[in-house]
Amino acid sequence: MQSFDLGEEGLRALNSALHALKGQTNMTDWEVINPKGAHAIAAGVDAPVEIIVRGSTGYYCAGMNKQATIRIKGSAGPGVAENMMSGTVIIDGNASQYAGATGRGGLLVIKGNASSRCGVSMKGIDIVVHGSIGHMSAFMAQSGNLVVLGDAGDALGDSLYEARLFVRGSVTSLGADCVEKEMRPEHIALLADLLKRGEADGLAKPEEFKRYGSARKLYNFNIDNASDY
Amino acid sequence: MTEFPKTPPRFSATFTPAVNAEIRRAAATGIYDIRGGGTKRHLPHFDDLLFLGASISRYPLEGYREKCATDVWLGTRFAKKPIHLDIPVTIAGMSFGALSGPAKEALGRGATAAGTSTTTGDGGMTEEERGHSRTLVYQYLPSRYGMNPDDLRRCDAIEIVVGQGAKPGGGGMLLGQKISDRVANMRNLPKGIDQRSACRHPDWTGPDDLEIKILELREITDWEKPIYVKVGGARPYYDTALAVKAGADVVVLDGMQGGTAATQDVFIEHVGMPILACIPQAVKALQDLGMHRKVQLIVSGGIRSGADVAKAMALGADAVAIGTAALIALGDNDPQWEEEYQKLGTTAGAYDDWHEGRDPAGITTQDPELSARFDPVLGGRRLSNFLKVMTLEAQTIARACGKNHLHNLEPEDLCSLSIEAAAMAGVPLAGTSWIPGRNGGF
Repeated sequence: MQSFDLGEEGLRALNSALHALKGQTNMTDWEVINPKGAHAIAAGVDAPVEIIVRGSTGYYCAGMNKQATIRIKGSAGPGVAENMMSGTVIIDGNASQYAGATGRGGLLVIKGNASSRCGVSMKGIDIVVHGSIGHMSAFMAQSGNLVVLGDAGDALGDSLYEARLFVRGSVTSLGADCVEKEMRPEHIALLADLLKRGEADGLAKPEEFKRYGSARKLYNFNIDNASDY
Repeated sequence: MTEFPKTPPRFSATFTPAVNAEIRRAAATGIYDIRGGGTKRHLPHFDDLLFLGASISRYPLEGYREKCATDVWLGTRFAKKPIHLDIPVTIAGMSFGALSGPAKEALGRGATAAGTSTTTGDGGMTEEERGHSRTLVYQYLPSRYGMNPDDLRRCDAIEIVVGQGAKPGGGGMLLGQKISDRVANMRNLPKGIDQRSACRHPDWTGPDDLEIKILELREITDWEKPIYVKVGGARPYYDTALAVKAGADVVVLDGMQGGTAATQDVFIEHVGMPILACIPQAVKALQDLGMHRKVQLIVSGGIRSGADVAKAMALGADAVAIGTAALIALGDNDPQWEEEYQKLGTTAGAYDDWHEGRDPAGITTQDPELSARFDPVLGGRRLSNFLKVMTLEAQTIARACGKNHLHNLEPEDLCSLSIEAAAMAGVPLAGTSWIPGRNGGF
């Protein structure tokens, strides 16, 4: 395993080394020690490697990740895995605001709670949160799946497009154009797979969740819906 | 019976026929007017400024003999690979979606032939524009449509869009008529919906976050790319200062004359400031921070000619950007399509319903038949010609003022025809030494 002391060698040296891993490489196991809340740790990685960050991270850890599996052995600051393309990011602790924002692919697992705007503007990413999520989560979410084993805060799925939201606990309120939808067999199957990949299959059953999605009332402007915006 | 003289019908200066027509339209339809372009109201502008050519106190350069350079470096503050352009007139961000694929190709062809850059827009990067643009600026917008690290790495500069002059504080809008299969796919949206982009970035708010966002983008691109920050003209002193503080290499400042593909008319006409009022404040912020010329300033919004270029640069800009003028050079609003403009209830020169996707010139549309009318090779040639004429015009003025580089133009080369423009631009009223707001009397 390649061990990288962020406190000693610095962010630029870390990301430079990770970006140099192009295509197939046998340097597949990395650990980052002394992260001490630094920003942009392992941002822009594009290689099938495993990176363990031993501690908590600042903003935008694993930003725009492609292919890599990144485990954070602590909590993550705002915008973790923002715009992720593929790969997996797993956070042992909690995640701050905007977790998985605009993510286009891959899997983000948060084993603690996530703050507000989790999955904002998501575009294909799968997000599994073992705990609860804050207000305005999945705002303008376009596609992908958000799974929450705990509760959701205010205005879940406001101005939602085609993303699917699954919440096991309570939802404080639904945002504009977000409605509860029927759980059909294909959703149960999808959820079972997401729970398994999200390391949560022993924690909850698919049948315990409710599904939320877009009512599609705001897809084309209608003056009679103006008060919904 | 005696006929007494009658009071002739008199229209109100407040409730004009145009105002009344808009009230009737709103009452009938229940929706605000949406259109493309920039403000159409009269504003203090570059036309209100004049150059003071050389005379006895300073001498001019020979028009066809002595060199007047036009090149510009952008992104010299932090980027490992700053941009070097032959001319200081760049092409502003316009999206694929708002414009057709061939129109984006023509912008790339024209800009490249003239030695300058073009810019993506709120829809991601297309192969047409990357392939035909020697220098391509990739916009990083709140919607993040099409955003990915591969395009970040194959662009030449990154422009973080905080706002634009046509609608500072507003998000993007692309109505269903223009969401074709290709546009929908690039934006991860259902076909045919009315797309409204967010007005704020999804993962940062405020200048302290912006600093961290810039750090992330630099890390992802290994500190190679210049990072621009674009703001709409609203509070240019503070926005410029905060962009510099956040670590920008370049500040892009867009006045309210700057165009948009589609926004509410009330937004276009009533929010923001004219570019003339914005430039001196931004330059002052850079000077106060000791960063003028170190962080470059690109200004846009109503730039139409080499005279406008020279005036913007004399006020302290390093370069300008054009959008509407570039579209007109390509053939937008050309009188050759007058018959079709009439069918759409408008006339050449006034057509602004770009959001409807029925552009007779085939530029602001996704309709295959209409966009096939537009020849990207010819369009690129026309744009290149226009850019070269603008540059020649600016050089002509600069030489007359005794400058051997466009960047040597200065506010002392200017005077103003109106008190308003003098106050905004910070140059004296013609024939006086009076700069309203800065010194007392004549």
